[in-house]
Amino acid sequence: MMKLWFFVLILLISAQGFAIDDHQLANPEQQKTYEIIISELRCLVCQNQTIADSNAELASDLRRQVFEMLQQGKSKEDIIQFMTDRYGDFVLYNPPLKTKTALLWLGPIAFLITGFIMIFWFIRRKKTAAIMPIDKDKQEKMRRLLSENNESSAENGDQS
Amino acid sequence: MLKYIIPLILFIVLAVFLALGLKGKPGEIPSPLLNKPAPAFSAPKLNVPNEKLSPADLKGKVWLFNVWASWCVSCRAEHPIINQLAQQQAAIIIGLNYKDDPEAAKKWLATLGNPYNDSVMDADGRIGIDWGVYGVPETFVMDKQGIVRYKHTGPVTEEDVQNTFIPLIAKLQAEP
Repeated sequence: MMKLWFFVLILLISAQGFAIDDHQLANPEQQKTYEIIISELRCLVCQNQTIADSNAELASDLRRQVFEMLQQGKSKEDIIQFMTDRYGDFVLYNPPLKTKTALLWLGPIAFLITGFIMIFWFIRRKKTAAIMPIDKDKQEKMRRLLSENNESSAENGDQS
Repeated sequence: MLKYIIPLILFIVLAVFLALGLKGKPGEIPSPLLNKPAPAFSAPKLNVPNEKLSPADLKGKVWLFNVWASWCVSCRAEHPIINQLAQQQAAIIIGLNYKDDPEAAKKWLATLGNPYNDSVMDADGRIGIDWGVYGVPETFVMDKQGIVRYKHTGPVTEEDVQNTFIPLIAKLQAEP
């Protein structure tokens, strides 16, 4: 039991450690918007992190920017527009569907469809390969052997 | 026949994608500022803090905007190249002293040479955000109309100067 409490305590402390951000908006609704926005913007220095996750200086500057714009009463759309005007669509973790980004969005679907077509094609090829043509002589021989076997087994069955 | 052609096609497609992957520079993000007016600011000069400079003051001139800081290691590597470029006097070079301590910045210029016609201070990085700066050093080229015509991310090399900057500046100087 003691161990469990210790574990919980450690978890609580570490959760505090994870919060690298100290911005707090008075309005809980705005605070939520703030958290959503910073988790949708890419940190351009460390490209695979959002600005919410990153400790980089630029990420902290961008968080401050988002925070201040929300305080000024700007909407989420205004802030996203502000960021893309300066850093391009790359700053968004979910880039918009445009002709430029079409490959990005449709590429995976195209690969999936290609995969299905290939699976279908391979299965069909396997099936046709399994059916082997047999000539008439062999067919006749096969039938004879089978019927002989049937008769003998029937006789055996009578005896037992 | 199909048995050989399909793997060959798959191989070629894969090879092309891998080759493109080798050539691409994931660190370089295309700037949305290209062919748009230079973002406005009015910032104190590093050497004369009570005087301000803004891009509007440079209308009618071709100018370079070089983002630097004394804490930036790549800027130190780039600095001799910027000095050389300044000696050619092909264009005005303005420095953006990004998130730096003014004293350290002045000392840096005194030791390594000052290629800038002027440097402006961006103590809290706000001008940097307006210009979409994400990796110091960065260099922008503006034409006489104050339009951003080129952006270079990372240290400028001698090759960049010869192959890109000098021809571009010459072209922009010839424009009205």
